[in-house]
Amino acid sequence: MEVREVETWTRPTPAGDGAGAPFWAAAAEGRLLIQHCPACGWRQFYPRPICIACGADPDWEEASGRGRLHTFTVVRQNGAEPFRGQLPYVVAMIDLEEGPRMMGNVTGCEVDDVFIGMPMAAYAVKVSDDVGVVFWEPATIGS
Amino acid sequence: MSDRTPVIVGVGLSDYPKAPHLDGLGHHAQALQRALADSGLAKGELDGYAGVGMGADQAPTFTEYLGIKHHRYIDGTMTGGSSFEFHIQHAAAAIRQGLCEAVAITYGSNFLSAMGRSLGTGGFLSAGQRVAGTAQYEAPYGNTLVGSYALAARRHMHEFGTTSEQLAAIAVGVREYAGLNPSAMYRDPITVDDVVGSRLIADPLHKLDCCVVSDGGGAIIVTTAERARDLRQPPVYVLGAAGSQTHWNISQMPDFTSTAAASCGPEALAQAGIRPDEIDTLQLYDSFTITVMMLIEGLGLCPKGEGGAFVAEGNLRKGGRVPLNTDGGGLSSCHPGMRGIFLLAEATRQLRGQAGEAQVPDCSIAVACGSGGWLSCIGAVVLGKDHP
Repeated sequence: MEVREVETWTRPTPAGDGAGAPFWAAAAEGRLLIQHCPACGWRQFYPRPICIACGADPDWEEASGRGRLHTFTVVRQNGAEPFRGQLPYVVAMIDLEEGPRMMGNVTGCEVDDVFIGMPMAAYAVKVSDDVGVVFWEPATIGS
Repeated sequence: MSDRTPVIVGVGLSDYPKAPHLDGLGHHAQALQRALADSGLAKGELDGYAGVGMGADQAPTFTEYLGIKHHRYIDGTMTGGSSFEFHIQHAAAAIRQGLCEAVAITYGSNFLSAMGRSLGTGGFLSAGQRVAGTAQYEAPYGNTLVGSYALAARRHMHEFGTTSEQLAAIAVGVREYAGLNPSAMYRDPITVDDVVGSRLIADPLHKLDCCVVSDGGGAIIVTTAERARDLRQPPVYVLGAAGSQTHWNISQMPDFTSTAAASCGPEALAQAGIRPDEIDTLQLYDSFTITVMMLIEGLGLCPKGEGGAFVAEGNLRKGGRVPLNTDGGGLSSCHPGMRGIFLLAEATRQLRGQAGEAQVPDCSIAVACGSGGWLSCIGAVVLGKDHP
């Protein structure tokens, strides 16, 4: 997925710690990592040191960065900065092609144009060398 | 043989919806005083405690503050707003087992006086704040508490054709009962048009789909049917209690149209030997209109996906098949951060026949069902007027 730089990051910042550290660092380099269990085949997100299906040690797997919008809301009231200054915006759940689902924002289109089932493509915003944050925009044909 | 059937014998509510003269602990204390007075039980008889707080103070602080010393049983289970339904499940087992004789469950919060109405959309995080743990997978995206429920509502609409007007019918019915409660925060009648015409907070949820933010507290005293014989109030029997969980963080919700009520609801009803159509009143966690819809579907009041039609037919209204939230609920009366204890208090009031103008006729079975977190942890309690 494409990596975009931001001049100033003012959102709450993931600590990028614990079992998820490889996920956050990979996102800063443009790779979207999920976990895949070698024992039972289960795929999961967010990262943990345990397969939540069978209890084994999961492996990392690079996801395609493509998905579909599962559900969403248009946030129209949030008293907390920096979000207050960005209203309205879309918070969505994205079903990855590989199976797991993750939360994200949908950018690159009007909030009224978002719909369930919408094909989505991931991009990363680099916050630091250790942390990239995944965002989503409508997938263009062929992407 | 002593009759150790668990019963609720005392209920007390502290001052609400706005009580700037009380801090959170003060709500616990006032509610407990009122529950003790209601029951006729002496404070020294309490040898068990359950409770939870919104902040740093938790069960061991509350027992110290309230002077429940040398207790033989303590439960600080925290599942969000449904904690108190889990506390009943545990207290009932403890009473049956003989671990203790009388359990006080308390809650109190000065949320409105201390924090204003920031709970739903004020955000818990500040700009640039470093967020660790499981919350870091959601923190950068600016979701709100209302937004989490909106994600479920949107999906329910998509899968089942549920409409904003159907969700609004829930708020309208609860407001009608709030009109009968002199303490309720909002008492003027509203219409479906008022709800869907109120401003969108997080699509598809409008302002009037959301509960109030208030101050308040409650206390419940649970003991044995044996001890209840010479107490002040008719006992209310715990016929069934079960709880379960599907996720904690909203982004981990496995099915955005289904809650753990689908498992713990039938379990609690089976313990009681009650069918869903035998319930006389529902006291359900109405943090948002969608919360109620998902709970009634889980409890089996109607098939999954048919909640919209069920509420639009007026089944949950005053005079309907199974009246909902007869105290005005969280939607119109009182929601001090967590609401689960008020569900138990109102169910008890109904089963005692003490609900005045809001009394459900011939009320012998009430279900209190709490939802904690973000539709995460559900606790279902079946209460009855008659000895099982």
